[in-house]
Order: sequence, then structure tokens, then C-alpha cells
Amino acid sequence: MILEAFLLMAAALLCIGLFGALTQQSIVMLMMGLELMINGIILAAAAFWYFLAPASDGQVIVVAVVTAMAIEMAMGFAVVTAIYRAQRIDMTDSATELEG
Amino acid sequence: MVLAVFCVLSLLAISSGVLVFVVDSMARATFCLLVSFLAVAAMVLMTGLAYLGVVIILMMIIEMVIMAVFMVMFMMNPAGLMPMSMFHNTRGAAVISGLVFTGLAAGILVVDWPQRRGVPAPDPTVALGEALMGGHMLTMMTLGVTLFATIVATVVLSTGRGRYDRLGDDLDAERADDPAGGGVGR
Amino acid sequence: MSATTLLLPALMIAAVWFLAALDGALAGRAAGRPVGPAAAAVEPVRATVRLLVGQRRSTLAADGLLRWAGIVSLIVAAVLAAAVVPLGERPLVDLSVGVVWFNAMEVVAWAAVWLVGWGPNGALSLVGGYRFVAQGLSYELPHMFAIITAALAAGSLRITDIVDAQAGLWFVVLMPAAFVAYLLSAAAMAFWGPFDAPVARDTAGGAGSELAGVDRLLFAGGRRLLLVAAAAMAVPLFLGGGHGPWLPAWAWVLLKTAAVLVVLVWLRHRLPTIRMDRWAEISWIVLVPLTIVQALVVALVVLARGGM
Repeated sequence: MILEAFLLMAAALLCIGLFGALTQQSIVMLMMGLELMINGIILAAAAFWYFLAPASDGQVIVVAVVTAMAIEMAMGFAVVTAIYRAQRIDMTDSATELEG
Repeated sequence: MVLAVFCVLSLLAISSGVLVFVVDSMARATFCLLVSFLAVAAMVLMTGLAYLGVVIILMMIIEMVIMAVFMVMFMMNPAGLMPMSMFHNTRGAAVISGLVFTGLAAGILVVDWPQRRGVPAPDPTVALGEALMGGHMLTMMTLGVTLFATIVATVVLSTGRGRYDRLGDDLDAERADDPAGGGVGR
Repeated sequence: MSATTLLLPALMIAAVWFLAALDGALAGRAAGRPVGPAAAAVEPVRATVRLLVGQRRSTLAADGLLRWAGIVSLIVAAVLAAAVVPLGERPLVDLSVGVVWFNAMEVVAWAAVWLVGWGPNGALSLVGGYRFVAQGLSYELPHMFAIITAALAAGSLRITDIVDAQAGLWFVVLMPAAFVAYLLSAAAMAFWGPFDAPVARDTAGGAGSELAGVDRLLFAGGRRLLLVAAAAMAVPLFLGGGHGPWLPAWAWVLLKTAAVLVVLVWLRHRLPTIRMDRWAEISWIVLVPLTIVQALVVALVVLARGGM
């Protein structure tokens, strides 16, 4: 239970999420990669709170990150729905042109 | 004992994170992501943040159920009955992810982390509440207004019919033209 | 500690038996064939044995892992949710964030019922699972506001603190709207009574339509266990916990939980199944503003009484 262990875990989750976000062709799966990245950030924030500065400021950072994750999910699904209504696609490769 | 729990939770989080992109069934991918979130929430509970850990469990379960609904809506292989892989640029992405991880790990292991400053408050939940309502009220208000803006923006982006479809070209129909009943008519 | 750990599931199973017997008695009376207490008490046992020896059903291209995960997590969530309810003076586990823990465990039911609806690869069971997600989104905000109002009046998220704060006045007198919203959400979270659209007859049983044998027994049992846990939670939050004259605390907890269960069973046989669009409208237009105003009123009362 040392700081480096928590941070290495967080970095691993971040990089798995980054790999997923870069390689997935489907927009919803790309969002799952983003969720994994924010997962890693939440863990890192909690670890920093506990090991470096256990004041209430660190907890506010965790609250802000969790809220950002909720906002990102909501907006991501709204954007997917809007793209589908406009062009009837759901893959990132098909959404590369600013047409329609 | 604590070390054993930490190792089990970290293995669970990482393996289920990898499984998200490996399994064929989209429903299973969503719930693998949920398992990863629950493992991270358990690790947050281990650091003593009781309220935040339980709130993360609560929010992640709700979010993953909603994500499952959207997955089934938008993905073409929701049950994994056909084996298919929908990747592009795997080699480039693997290189980038590997470089990022190496850089972060080097930084984590090399940096001389400072000593802990202070001790946790006797009740972290009360400390968080007092901070959000006191010194960090600006953060609280910003989050509140941003969440409200998100609600409005998601409805605007995802609705298929606007007010001209519902109330006519001059916005003067007596009752709104909705497919579902109920409501106040406007 | 280990004796109490076994006591909680045993108590919950006894409460489920009481619930099923009462439900059967009221159903018999409504159908014009009144049954006596002995016959009503034997009927759940008979149904259990029949389902235990029944044959399990498997469908084409079913996702057995997810269906099993759904059934098991419903039961585990119900027991974990009841672990923070005080049985007498103290609960099994006295968490400092007991209210939020209860909320997190009942939300597991969303995932569980969706998984049970998705697993068998059947259209009607999928419809049942989706109906429960729609119902869940609608009841969750009034439920959260109701339980937060109780925690607000006591100034703590710990259940035993909430019980201690009701020594003078029960919270149901202070916040009646929150209590009504909580009762409705307790029925909705266990898809019971007027909220049983996810397992309604117009979808041939909805989420449970493709279950048979042990699976059906565990799913129905998990549903009733969750209802018992929600009814048991109403007691420390709104009905004063173990406080009361003459009897010891655990007796009052049992009596009050039984009273809440009687109200919920009566509600089931009184109201028809509510449609999802109507429930969404009632919940978002009426219940959410009502519970917010209730929380505001209670907050003003707390500030006037001397603050936190």
C-alpha cells in the first residue's frame, strides 16, 4: 500500500483506456476507453489525497473528476444520438467528413 | 493482509479493463467495465474515503446500466454471436500507449515524493461537506451549473423533434403534437 | 458476530415467508376463495418445493453467465442492503455512510434485472428488463431525496444516529412527503405492487418469463428479499427504529417492519399496474419537486432548531 503501487495501477488503467480510445472503431466503445482513463485518474487522485495531502481539497478534486466523468458520458451519448440522426452512422471511420 | 487485498483488487481492475476490448459480446464488455470500476472503488475505500468510495460504486452501477442500453442501441454485435474485431491502427496505438506508460512509470518511480503533510480529518465526510459548502463553494456552484448545462445540452442534441414540429409553424397550436399522451399540452 | 451474521439471512427469509403468506391470503380473498392462515402459510413452502424440483429452462444462444450473474447479484444486494438496518439496537455492520451504502446496494437491482432480461435472448424478457431500467430512472431521484432528507434531519449518514435523533419525534411526522415517496420507491425498486410492469402479465412474465425451476425460485426470492430490505430500512429512517414503550427494541423493529410489509401488500392488491410513461410523468413532474421542497422545509427546520 505505497504511493508508487497506486500510481502504477492508475497509469496502467490510463494506458489501457488510451489504447482502447485510439483503436476502437465504434463511438460507444471509444467512450468506454475514455471511462477507463478517468477510472485511472480517480484512483490516482484518491492515492494523492491519502499519501501526500489528506486535506479536504483532495476530496474536492475526486468529486470534480467523478462529475466530469458523468458529464462526459451524458454528452457523449447525446452526440452519438445526434450523429446517428444526421448521418445514420455509428463508427468513427465514417464520421471523418464534415458533410451533411 | 492489506497487501493481498490490494493485489487482488489491482489484478481484477486491470484484467477486466483489458477484457472490455477483448470480449465479443457488448453486454459483457459493459459489465467487465463495471467490475473494473468496482475494483477501483474498493481501492478508494481502502484509502479511507468512505463516502466517496460508496458514491463511486453507486454512480458507476447506474452509469454502466445506462451505457448497456446505449451499447445495445448502437452496436452491431451486442450479444457476441459473431466473432468480430473492430479495431483500427492497433500497432500505432500500442506504441503510443506503451510510450505513455513507460514515461508515467519512469516518472512515478524516479520522482522523490514528499512526505505526508497533515493527517486525515477524523470524519472525512464531514470535512468534505464543510469544504464544499465553505471554502470550495465556487467549485460546488460551477459543478452545479455545469451539470444543469449538460442536462439542457443533451436534450437539445438528442431530441429529434423541435418546437416547430410540436406546435406548428407559428407556434400557435392548441395542443402539442406528441406521440405519447399526458403532459400539460405545451 | 457470527451468530448475528446468520441471524440476518434467517430473519429475512422468515420475513419473505410472512410476505408470501399474506400475499397469498389477500389474493385468495380477492379471487373469492378465502384461505385460512394455516393454508396461506403452507402455500409458499409448497411453491418453493415445486420450483426446486422443476426443470430449468435454457433458450437458444442464451448468455447463461450474465443471467446467473443477475440472479445472484439481486440476492446478494438485498442481503447487503439489509446489513446496515438496525436489528434492535445495532445493525450487523454500522457503517458511517449507511444511508449511501443502502442506496448503492439497491441500485444493483437495476443491473441485476437488466441482466436477467438480457440473458435468455428472448424478446419479452428483454422488454421486461428495459421496463425496469425506465422505472428505475424514474423512482431513483425521489428515493434519493427522501433518504437524504432523513439524514439531513439527523445530521449524519449513520443509521444509528438517525434512530437516536428520533427519540422525541418520529421523522414520519416531520417529513410525511418523504415517507410517501420512500414507500413508493420501495415498491418500485422491488418491482412490486403497482410497479410490477417489468414482470407483468402482458409480457408473459417480463424479465422472468424465460426462467424456470431453481432460477425462477431465486429470482422471485431475490425480489421479495429486496422488498423486505427496503421495508426494514423504512423503520430506522422514518418510523423511529426501536423506540417505543413496553417492548424491547428488536420487537418494535419486527412489528414496524411487519406493518410496512402489510401496507405494501395491501398496495399491491389495491392498485393496478402503472404504465411506464405515466409513472415517468408522475415521478418527474410531481415527486421530484415535492421531495425537493420537503428537503428545503426540513433544512429550514434544522437551521431554526439550532443548526448542525
